[in-house]
Amino acid sequence: MKILSRLYIMLILFFLYAPILVMIFFSFNSSSSVWVFEGFSLDWYLGLISDDVMLGALKHTLIIAVLSSLISTVLGTAAAVGIMAIRSKLANRIIMGTTNIPMMNADIVTGISLMFLFVFIGKIIGLTESLGFITVLIAHITFNLPYVILSVLPKLKQTDAHLHEAALDLGCTPVKAFFKVILPSISTGIVTGMIMAFTLSLDDFVISYFTCGDYQTLPIIIYNMTKKSVTPDTYALSTLIFIVIFVLLILYNALSSKAESRAAKRRV
Amino acid sequence: MKKLLTLLLCFALILSLCACEYSYKYFDLDLKSNYTRDLAGTSITVYNWGEYISDGSDDMIDVNAEFERLTGINVNYLMFESNETMYSQIKSGAITYDIIIPSDYMIERLIRENELLEIDTSKISNYHLIDEKYKNVYFDPENKYSVPYSVGMVGVIYNTAQVGADIEHSWNVLWDKKYKDKALNFNNPRDAFMTAQMLLGQDLNSTNKADWEAAAELLKKGKDNLQSYVMDEVYGKMETGEAAIAPYYAGDYLTMKEVNSDLEFFYPEEGTNIFIDSICIPKSSKNYEAALMYINFLLEPEIATANADYIGYASPNTAVINNPDYYYYQNKILYPDEKDTPKVQYYHDIEDEIRMHYEMLWIDVKLH
Amino acid sequence: MNKKSFGNKLIACPYIVWSAIFIIVPLLIMFYFALTDQNGVFTLANLASLGRFKKAFAISIVYAIIATFITFLLAYPMAYFMTKLKISSQKMIMMIVMLPMWMNFLIRTYSWITILANTGIINSFLGKLGLGPLKLINTPGAVILGMVYDFIPYMILPIYSVMSKIDNSLLEASDDLGANAFNKFKRVIFPLSRPGVISGITMVFVPSVSTFYISQKLGGNKTMLIGDAIEYFYNIGPDYYNIASAISLVLMVLIMISLFIMNRFSDDDSGGVII
Repeated sequence: MKILSRLYIMLILFFLYAPILVMIFFSFNSSSSVWVFEGFSLDWYLGLISDDVMLGALKHTLIIAVLSSLISTVLGTAAAVGIMAIRSKLANRIIMGTTNIPMMNADIVTGISLMFLFVFIGKIIGLTESLGFITVLIAHITFNLPYVILSVLPKLKQTDAHLHEAALDLGCTPVKAFFKVILPSISTGIVTGMIMAFTLSLDDFVISYFTCGDYQTLPIIIYNMTKKSVTPDTYALSTLIFIVIFVLLILYNALSSKAESRAAKRRV
Repeated sequence: MKKLLTLLLCFALILSLCACEYSYKYFDLDLKSNYTRDLAGTSITVYNWGEYISDGSDDMIDVNAEFERLTGINVNYLMFESNETMYSQIKSGAITYDIIIPSDYMIERLIRENELLEIDTSKISNYHLIDEKYKNVYFDPENKYSVPYSVGMVGVIYNTAQVGADIEHSWNVLWDKKYKDKALNFNNPRDAFMTAQMLLGQDLNSTNKADWEAAAELLKKGKDNLQSYVMDEVYGKMETGEAAIAPYYAGDYLTMKEVNSDLEFFYPEEGTNIFIDSICIPKSSKNYEAALMYINFLLEPEIATANADYIGYASPNTAVINNPDYYYYQNKILYPDEKDTPKVQYYHDIEDEIRMHYEMLWIDVKLH
Repeated sequence: MNKKSFGNKLIACPYIVWSAIFIIVPLLIMFYFALTDQNGVFTLANLASLGRFKKAFAISIVYAIIATFITFLLAYPMAYFMTKLKISSQKMIMMIVMLPMWMNFLIRTYSWITILANTGIINSFLGKLGLGPLKLINTPGAVILGMVYDFIPYMILPIYSVMSKIDNSLLEASDDLGANAFNKFKRVIFPLSRPGVISGITMVFVPSVSTFYISQKLGGNKTMLIGDAIEYFYNIGPDYYNIASAISLVLMVLIMISLFIMNRFSDDDSGGVII
């Protein structure tokens, strides 16, 4: 039974990684095909350095991911704190219902409806160019916000209200009490939300597709490439990104298990 | 947690710094007209078909990079895959373009809808290089809105290793049960309908709804026989032998032939579509003078030849056609003799009602 | 009971304004487009013309249901077996499962073409064994495979996270009370893992039913799912914004209905999404 279950896990992991292995394999192809392997070369990796379209798109992707995750974290954390203070059940329901919409709805609907809005506003204020950096940023913030709010809210609910009261009683201003007492206790929720936002933004294709205009992010460039014939340079870049994320995750795991063991020791 | 975040941000920064300069080796161009640097620092947005400009690969000229170096004008280059996609972007007002390169019927439609600026050809000193044959054409009788960029015809590409050399020179091959799961067809309504319309002997610009419905029926009948509907994915599929038969543009066949020598080509005897893709300036252009400069640059003999070499389509530029160093000089597929020239029809702008009718019929075909 | 509050409710205002403008208004515009013609006159013609898309809706739903079901069948044992591993291996496997989600899904989907094509990896392998090429690519099966592949982590993770929290003493108690393996599963494990299953099902169903990339690449553009129809109209011009809106609206309603049905199945109404 144990062997069978191990085997099963291996099979599923193989299924998950088969296309990725194919991708890595063909990124070393010496010809421009991603179908027929002709020989080993690193040309596509070297070529990346001078590929300004791909690197430009990567830059756009990172700028959008960093900005949208930061802004949505600030807005979303504030929102979560504010929502906690709202007493009206109805108001709460409406706000949480609205927050759920971008998460539950199909990306294509979110994307196309935002596009309608931007084009509509563009027409009203007479812009010749209604889509671009700002709109894709807004779109990303919009779909990131619910994830931030929903990871901060539970932490707020777990926070001991007495701590906050105590701080106020001891003469803290509400603002100071928030930063000194509340923020530290919800920081894990905030960071989780921010990382989630960053990840979602990095990988988003559908919503960017409808809202990016000429500010093309990496997934859009990749989409355009798969409409022609993909060359191994796309695979090379994806392989590099894969390796970077892999290393980061390993580091993260190492760090967090270290922190855990430290915390465990302290408890003892 | 915080450490992870710091790491992520560092990674982000490093990668964005990596987007460093470009290692292309500039050519020593022999230009026929003078270019000022008065507009240096401004930028233009060019919206063109995919694979439709020499981009510096295979040690060829990178047209946009050369233009940027010459004039200091920054070129923001975007690509579309069908006339309709381009039209959709123009009409939505999502992006401002300074240069677009649509096909004939789409230019006619854009003119009708007042979406184009007049092009002052007196400011384009290389304009005289355009072959008279491609001036005063039906979609722009006074040459007010467009400057021809390239010309082509649709034909059928086939892989002799898979279907043999003996093949019926007809659109019927797409319907022939012999080639089940081996043939492709266009993934855009206008071109896909064309293959059926030709087989039915129809006028490609029919204003009779029944004609389009008959063509749609024929497409439905042939759907099961096809492997898939493609646009530029055709390159990969034909080059690797994944598919054996595909209707596509003659110029693209020549590009594919370079990779896979088993590929051959014919113009179907029922006739085919001929098209002219021309350079236009949309109404929303913010940098008209730079756009004119760009058009003139595209007409430069050396640049036009590089583009014609790269794209593989026939050129309307006499400096290219008469250049013995041009890779496709007197190529029989691009420039057939009188006797080998197929029967051809241009697409025209069709009134909205009919157009919307066939655009909806395409859905029925897909859902059949 | 006094509710906890750590600040002024006014600081939620920026978000409320934001969500009104960028969540509610776009949907209202879509609603407006769906119920008007190109000149802005009220009409039901867009909705009426959706009859043409019956089949698109039908196959999208069928494909998505099949894909969700297969994903569930594959993911549930995976999540279960994961909980049986050492804690440290559990963490590692979790990480390995999540890693592909950080990669661009377009590229991962595209790679499947190389595997499934007539001249692809599987068929050239079969060819070496002297077996005829199988028609794998450009089939409904390939589209469903793409859906399963792209979204399976969204099924594994919530089920795993719920299962890993099941109190071991409950399982021991059921052992003590003489439950056999099947009963233990039916009465204890499955009911307790249900919230994870529900959340996994919605997280796979919604992107599957609305996809437009997978069907184009792995299905050879031979069919038109709802997502494809919306994308088609988006790409041929603003003439079709009205009809694209009508389709999107119906798609949205469809998703809301299926979420509602799913929620009926989950007895816990905390409703939070577990990731």
